[in-house]
Amino acid sequence: MKPASSFRELTPAPECALADVRFGTRALRLPLGENLAAALLVAGIMPFRRTPVSGAPRGPFCMMGACFDCLVEIDGVTRQACMLTVTEDMAIDMPAAGKGDGDA
Amino acid sequence: MREVDLIIIGAGPAGMSAAGRAAECGLSVVILDEQPAAGGQIYRDVDRASALRGDILGKDFTAGQKLTQRLDHKNITHLKGAVVWQIEDGPRVSYTQAGQGGAVYAKRLLLATGALERPMPIPGWTLPGVMTAGAAQILLKQSGIACEGAVLVGSGPLLYLIGSQMVRAGVPPLALVETQTRPNFIGSLRHLGGALRGWRYLLKGAAMLWHLRRARVPRYVAASSLAIEGKEAAQAVAFTSKGKSQRIACETVLLHHGVVPNTQTARSIDIPHQWDEEQACFAPQCDEWGRTAKSDVFIAGDGAGIGGAKAAALAGEIAALDIACDLGQLTNADRDAGARPLQARLTNERAARPFIDSAYPPYAAALAPQDATIVCRCEEVTAGEIRRMAGLGCTGPNQTKAFGRAGMGPCQGRYCGLTVTRLLAEANGVSPDETGHYRIRPPIKPVTLGEIAAMTPQETKADSK
Repeated sequence: MKPASSFRELTPAPECALADVRFGTRALRLPLGENLAAALLVAGIMPFRRTPVSGAPRGPFCMMGACFDCLVEIDGVTRQACMLTVTEDMAIDMPAAGKGDGDA
Repeated sequence: MREVDLIIIGAGPAGMSAAGRAAECGLSVVILDEQPAAGGQIYRDVDRASALRGDILGKDFTAGQKLTQRLDHKNITHLKGAVVWQIEDGPRVSYTQAGQGGAVYAKRLLLATGALERPMPIPGWTLPGVMTAGAAQILLKQSGIACEGAVLVGSGPLLYLIGSQMVRAGVPPLALVETQTRPNFIGSLRHLGGALRGWRYLLKGAAMLWHLRRARVPRYVAASSLAIEGKEAAQAVAFTSKGKSQRIACETVLLHHGVVPNTQTARSIDIPHQWDEEQACFAPQCDEWGRTAKSDVFIAGDGAGIGGAKAAALAGEIAALDIACDLGQLTNADRDAGARPLQARLTNERAARPFIDSAYPPYAAALAPQDATIVCRCEEVTAGEIRRMAGLGCTGPNQTKAFGRAGMGPCQGRYCGLTVTRLLAEANGVSPDETGHYRIRPPIKPVTLGEIAAMTPQETKADSK
């Protein structure tokens, strides 16, 4: 069977606590404290968002807070996934087109 | 509100070494950085990552721990995870940390904001699964995450470094597709004299390439007509090499053709910049100490011109000495004596740079992309649209905003600025300097009204010192 993601952890830390996280309708268990964009990539989440202009799919590009392609919506605020860490009960959605227009 | 002698923005090699040296000279220092741990991008999360996977990342990476140790000084306050969104005269720096707005004043400001990957607009570069090679390195350093079956595309030693790290991690890249040509290499030989002084870099490059060869990673050179295929995500990379069309099926494409100074912060306070033809990018104007046209603002490291991590660390110290002298902590003679050995090492560090820059030039077709290629990722503006704007009389990047929203998305022109300048300059037959760059306005990073509202009254008072 093909794995969900081509991104994988080299040495999964067994002692790492997992957090219950929701992305859209998907329930995920992600490593607590891990970089959010990295954790979502390993979980096979793609795309992270759709552009407000054409609805084109996008995902992480620079991983350093510069490109804003990994934008997600958390608690109604559009934020860069690569600049966040996984916390318990994170509720993540794609930025809603026409609501925030993808502006961070 | 906090007031200190020196504010440093960026805890990479330049920022960390500047903080260390300034603190040793007796200055009080606040260093702000967006990441939860010191290191910048080159030494991302170096203290934790060295212990976990130093064998994969190599000695040049773990050496960054020597710099993070310098932040452990009583005169240094390191504000981790602090996102700077505005700089005003003072200098006064406003930031958000853990959802709370804050501000700090200082007598001097040092910008150590490092580099960005040079934008590489080729067909399909916005598809999910296409990332910068630097992004893959960040995943490996900070999170210990490697990507199976990735294709490395572009030019420059960083491709060899990430490739050999992937081999060591047990997930070798599917292929290495390089755009530099034999004439590039032959042309670079005129800089061989300088390169030999920087022989360590040449040796390291050769060793990495040998490592990739031994791992039987297919290598294509002089690649042209690069395009990434896919609809919802990357499915293949197509190109021409040695007169033959190639197509490699893959889900991940890692792009790189050099890095350029991240000038966003400096531009937001109108520091003058000029076009650097050798490195094909804009760089801020600084003197030998890193001092800008604003006498209380300094810039050190790759943000002032690409030189690499070791050069950045040296430049940070040199700037710190001049700042300490400025503030009466060092005499001119002490400053000069302290700087002399650093400047000699800096000259050596930079020696191999002209050779590397000319042997691994940017991929020409990504500097002036074909009409259908998106250049502004945020607003999805194509190269053809920029050229059409030029035809309608658009002379500078700021006008492209009004003509068609280029540079007005959330990245604020970080990944299209250089391309837009280049396209307009070519279309109008004028220099990049005449064409100019986007005017960068605060907030330079997103900030919520709630974060501003949570600032204390003194912090929001528009008083000037």
